[in-house]
Amino acid sequence: MPDIATVADRKRLSVRGVTHSYGGQNAVSEISFDVEAGEIVALLGPSGCGKSTVLRAIAGLIQPKAGRIVLGDDDLAHISARSRGIGMVFQNYALFPHLTVSENIAYPLACQKVPRGERKARVEEMLALVRLGDYGNRLPRELSGGQQQRVAVARAIAARPSLLLLDEPFGALDRALRFDLQVELLHLQKTLGITTLIVTHDQEEAQSLANRLVLMNKGNVEQIDTPMAVYDRPKTLFVNTFIGQANMLHGTFTELQTASTNIALDNGFPLNLPRRLNFTVGSKVTVTVRPEEVRLSSQPGENTLPATVTVSVPLGPTLVHDMVLADGSGLRASEVRGPSTLIPEPGMTIFAEIDTARCHVFPAVPESMPSTER
Amino acid sequence: MKASGFPYVVPMLMLSVAFFATPLAVLVGFSFSGPGGATVEHYGRFFGDAFNFRVLVSTARLGLETVVGTTLLGVPIALLYWHSGRTTRQVIIFLTLIPMLTSNVVRTFAWIVILGRQGPISEALMALGLTGSPISLMFTEFGLLLAMCQIDLPLIILPLVAILSRTPVQFTEAAQVSGAGPWRILVTVLLPLMLPGLLAGWILVFASTSSSFVTQAVIGGARNVYVPQLIYREVGTLFDWPLASAIAVVLLVSTGCLLVAMTMISRHRRLVGHA
Repeated sequence: MPDIATVADRKRLSVRGVTHSYGGQNAVSEISFDVEAGEIVALLGPSGCGKSTVLRAIAGLIQPKAGRIVLGDDDLAHISARSRGIGMVFQNYALFPHLTVSENIAYPLACQKVPRGERKARVEEMLALVRLGDYGNRLPRELSGGQQQRVAVARAIAARPSLLLLDEPFGALDRALRFDLQVELLHLQKTLGITTLIVTHDQEEAQSLANRLVLMNKGNVEQIDTPMAVYDRPKTLFVNTFIGQANMLHGTFTELQTASTNIALDNGFPLNLPRRLNFTVGSKVTVTVRPEEVRLSSQPGENTLPATVTVSVPLGPTLVHDMVLADGSGLRASEVRGPSTLIPEPGMTIFAEIDTARCHVFPAVPESMPSTER
Repeated sequence: MKASGFPYVVPMLMLSVAFFATPLAVLVGFSFSGPGGATVEHYGRFFGDAFNFRVLVSTARLGLETVVGTTLLGVPIALLYWHSGRTTRQVIIFLTLIPMLTSNVVRTFAWIVILGRQGPISEALMALGLTGSPISLMFTEFGLLLAMCQIDLPLIILPLVAILSRTPVQFTEAAQVSGAGPWRILVTVLLPLMLPGLLAGWILVFASTSSSFVTQAVIGGARNVYVPQLIYREVGTLFDWPLASAIAVVLLVSTGCLLVAMTMISRHRRLVGHA
């Protein structure tokens, strides 16, 4: 078996200021990001945020209105989709139903005039790589969803593309299978060292696959960072609420001191943050707190809000508490469940302590703020 | 076992038996009837005459030519439908259905005007200087073929449209990204995907062309004779009902064989399931 890793051509993808519109409405505007050679990057965002448009522009299936897409040293503007040397896995795999698994994998090889003998060897190699050695003569509809997905990946990489694009590749699979296939894809990508861009609306999928995330919302890039940085240091309120869960507390900026900040929450309680923030006094702000940054206690204290427990749900190793604050808004807390953890009764009044060192503050947005998807 | 739906089809079944199966049986019986009991004499008479055999061949040829013609015209229209938006799709369907909803006689008379000596085809050829004197395509096989292609076009477009509207565009995109050019996409992806629809369309077009009477009689004229006219002549002019029945059975069996063959092809494992 020839060593694919040494044959694969590592190239850097650079997207600069890509703008595209459908019928006068901007689908994406000024999208810029890079994917280093051999890196996996995920384009992540809610459906309709324009991530698929970006992917299709890179593949050459649409011509963006403005911007540059550079792969390696080539500006792709004047290279047609068929000559770009890109492999792509489509959302529903788009396996040709009248061709067998082997013929599907051989399709790009035939298009690129690979000699017949070499084609056969390459198909065998691909089948072995995705562990479908005995399935070469099956038709796609005779395979399970997971197997079809692996065939789609094999077809995409068969012609040794310098860039692999995946459009929601795990969307059609059930949860248990998804994780196995993600691990498999990661392993494959590491072996081949192929530059990979994956489009997904599933944050867990993006976090488990990608080195870096490009977060998109409403046609704009909101943040580009590692999965951990995106979770810990979200740049915008959208990123904060889209990645993981976040409670939102609305308030007004009241006082600024050298090393601390005071915020008066709309529900009447004050919050004191142990750091200096750049807001003008009197401006409306939104404080976000992740469930694990809320601690329950039976005594009132500093940065504590009284709340009524609606329900407490054990989710595996954690315990999730849903509460209602005095003004009727919800608050969620989660804690690691131990043998002695007290499970509060519904209706019980409790005090929720906000971890002010870790919560984030954003300028307040109008009520039309898009809610998270999950 | 599931509840049987049989009672619900009884009315249709009775209608079929009374007005289709029974007359057909009578027809087959007629074709074997002779003065002294059952005989194959009428079939012998039919195949014994070289003229009759030529008519059979030219009927099959007209059917095949119409199949080729409607395919060449129908596939691009179906693909146009596939790539169009809502409005254009509705227009295409509307324009496809209109000829089907027009009376056969009206359609045929329209073709007489088009194919005639003063028709647009003749006038255009004259204006282009391709011919010195007016020409008429009336009573020619080519003229008849043109008319048949137009009349039978919906029969191939509708099954193709049905298939394509269930086919995602991702197939062509996947081929494109794989490095396939437009012709390769057409031959290796689109035509195979459309094949079940094509087979259905071919059956319909062939059966319709080889059995229709009015257009053949009016545009083909007396010199171009096809099996339906032959039957009509035996029934209406020569009153040789047993021979007419025998010809009808031959037409039925030959078209039936083709139908079975096409159906068997469409059962191929590569064609099942995806459309």
